[in-house]
Amino acid sequence: MKKRIIALFTLLVLGAIMSPAFSQSLNIICRCVAGGANSNQVAWLKEYVIPEFEKAHAGVSVTLNEFGGTDDALKQQYALDLSVGKGNDVMGFDGFWIPEFASGNLLKPLNAVAGSAVDGWEGWNHIAAGIQSILSYGGEIYGIANGTDVRMIFYRKDILAQAGVANADAWQPTSWADIADAAAKVLAAFPDSAPLQINAGTSMGEATTLQGYYMLLLGTGEEPFMDGKWVVRSQGILDTLNFYREIYVDHAYGSQRVQLVNDGRNQSFANFRDGKTAMLVEGDYFYRSVTPAGSEFAVENRDEVMGWAKMPSETPGAGIRGQDFVSASGGTGWVLNPNTANPQLAWEFLAFMNSQTAREVWMTYQPGIPARDDVAVPNNAFLTDTAAALLPLTVSRPNNDFYAKVSEQIQLMTENVVSGQMTPQQAMDAYAAAVTGIVGADATVDLLAH
Amino acid sequence: MHERRTILPLRTGLLFLGPAALFIGAFILLPFFWIAGVSFTNRSLTGATAANPQFVGLQNYLKLFDLSTFMNPGQFGSSLVITGQFVFWSAIVGQAVLGLLLAWFFYRRTGWVKESVQTLAIVAWIIPDVVVAFAWNAFLDYDGGTLNWLFGLVGLHKVDWLLAMPLLSIVLFNAWRGSAFSMLLFSSALGSIPPSYLETADVAGAGPWQRLKDIILPLIRTHIVTDLILITLWTFNTFGPFLLTGGGPAFRTEVVSVLTYRMAFKYFDFGTGSALGMVMMLINLGFALVYLGLLRRQGGSR
Repeated sequence: MKKRIIALFTLLVLGAIMSPAFSQSLNIICRCVAGGANSNQVAWLKEYVIPEFEKAHAGVSVTLNEFGGTDDALKQQYALDLSVGKGNDVMGFDGFWIPEFASGNLLKPLNAVAGSAVDGWEGWNHIAAGIQSILSYGGEIYGIANGTDVRMIFYRKDILAQAGVANADAWQPTSWADIADAAAKVLAAFPDSAPLQINAGTSMGEATTLQGYYMLLLGTGEEPFMDGKWVVRSQGILDTLNFYREIYVDHAYGSQRVQLVNDGRNQSFANFRDGKTAMLVEGDYFYRSVTPAGSEFAVENRDEVMGWAKMPSETPGAGIRGQDFVSASGGTGWVLNPNTANPQLAWEFLAFMNSQTAREVWMTYQPGIPARDDVAVPNNAFLTDTAAALLPLTVSRPNNDFYAKVSEQIQLMTENVVSGQMTPQQAMDAYAAAVTGIVGADATVDLLAH
Repeated sequence: MHERRTILPLRTGLLFLGPAALFIGAFILLPFFWIAGVSFTNRSLTGATAANPQFVGLQNYLKLFDLSTFMNPGQFGSSLVITGQFVFWSAIVGQAVLGLLLAWFFYRRTGWVKESVQTLAIVAWIIPDVVVAFAWNAFLDYDGGTLNWLFGLVGLHKVDWLLAMPLLSIVLFNAWRGSAFSMLLFSSALGSIPPSYLETADVAGAGPWQRLKDIILPLIRTHIVTDLILITLWTFNTFGPFLLTGGGPAFRTEVVSVLTYRMAFKYFDFGTGSALGMVMMLINLGFALVYLGLLRRQGGSR
């Protein structure tokens, strides 16, 4: 008996030692869950990418790790994994995380991880420089983007019509006052509703900064980072915060509660689905991933009741570059873990994911604005219309390694206002103090100082 | 020179001490000095200061105690006040008083009521944190929560507990969670009182209040001090409220341990997080010294 146990044990140990010699494995991770967030990505990877890759590479097994938490939790996981030299071989990554990970030496440029194979990849000739730069920092490329996105107002034609908003089928506000006016009408018609959703607060994370704050601030003609300096006090910040205050504190055009609770973003989606919210500012992600038939927040009869409008500037012509309308863009993609045991194999996987064929298959799972120019833009009116209307207007976030930290302070500033615990002036002063502490006084500018 | 007699020779003693000292060194002392060191740097998890942390002297501490922002929501001062309220109401008033009342109520009683109440209190104490948080979230939820359902049954308005009264929610949560410890400690303390004392008091015609005030409380004073100091330390350091409110809304339940977590693991600012940890440790040390002082005074007065 004892001998047998020893034999078994030896076999197990031997097996554990020898197995890597027989087969190679790759682990990939994304914020994606079958039947949940980004479930299309899971389906595409499991039904197409992984089986095809394993077929072409005998003895290789690829495991997809589905991460079901928030973006912030995934970022935290990545930072901790990478700082101790661990983690998945290929990781789904949000473009705006790149600067702080790269400057912290947690990530390495693709060609430093996988060598010359990267530089010789055919795909680079098919991805525009602007899209390559989404996952770049300091002139180096750290990953490959899935594509880019644009932001707009989604609205419920049925609700606006019932509330008596003019031209509800093709609604297009031209100022913030128009938005407030429509919200007031809906609120008067449906006193229990929360007509307007412009993200605020810390619990929505970056969705507050980009979908909420940026979309307003750009309409005042400003950005958080201008001419190489962080703007800590300005009329644009005050106007933005005052509008937030009008929405959530003065008139209850939007639900203060949704901004403050832990899973507020999902509640905002649910409110839109249920017709409690009539106007919601989001990225095209909301159309592609959140509201299609069959998903959790599917809007019933979507083609009929859901429309989109360009986000207006505060007043016509007051927006960034003198624009009447504004939009903001980001993008996600995939990076290689510099600690991977199989850098060549990991790169081959990444390259295969971003090959023309794999991307064409991806478009059948989830039509979007493709990164590769040899992948046809899907025949989808929503995507072609929004891309044509908004890509010329859009603005990207600064590629600066302090951005993520400043963004957290932006979320905090909006929370201070929409919770009613600070006036816009107080919240801006607190923001100025905090940002100055983060980036240093030399890198800030006070546009109200004279 | 007078040599003291010991059970073990010095060398053998050290040998026995070795393993424990090694563990304490590796898992307590080393991390402690590491954190003390990090608290004087701008080390972070991401960004340029992750690759090249710099010595910044007392800057992290000065930032914590910057009086111009000290009491702002989400800052150290405000967090300290919240922690103080949380400890006072949930630990001292909630756990200790409730525990004492339970122990006293069931003192020298038997039967199924005692058994079930004590069992329930202990169950509340031993269930894992995350399970408890899940249950309480379901209990307090605005739309589908049990408490609001009960309120509806008796015709009361729904209350948005975690948003409208977040501090009260975490105080109730923590009192419920931890009363069992105080109850058990006080029960055993009461068990050590000679029954004859109380019987004599009965004969002399003392009421329940007089018995509690003049006989029971003086006899279990040491236990009360021990209980108070232990639950104060635990409650001061607990991370439990995070599971209920995440520190929100708008930092109104951000106790110091949650603030430390936010600095170190959400903002990845290890320097500030470590400085906070050091200050918390000093405050804990203060509690412990008061405790030791009280115990010593009591010992001397006997």
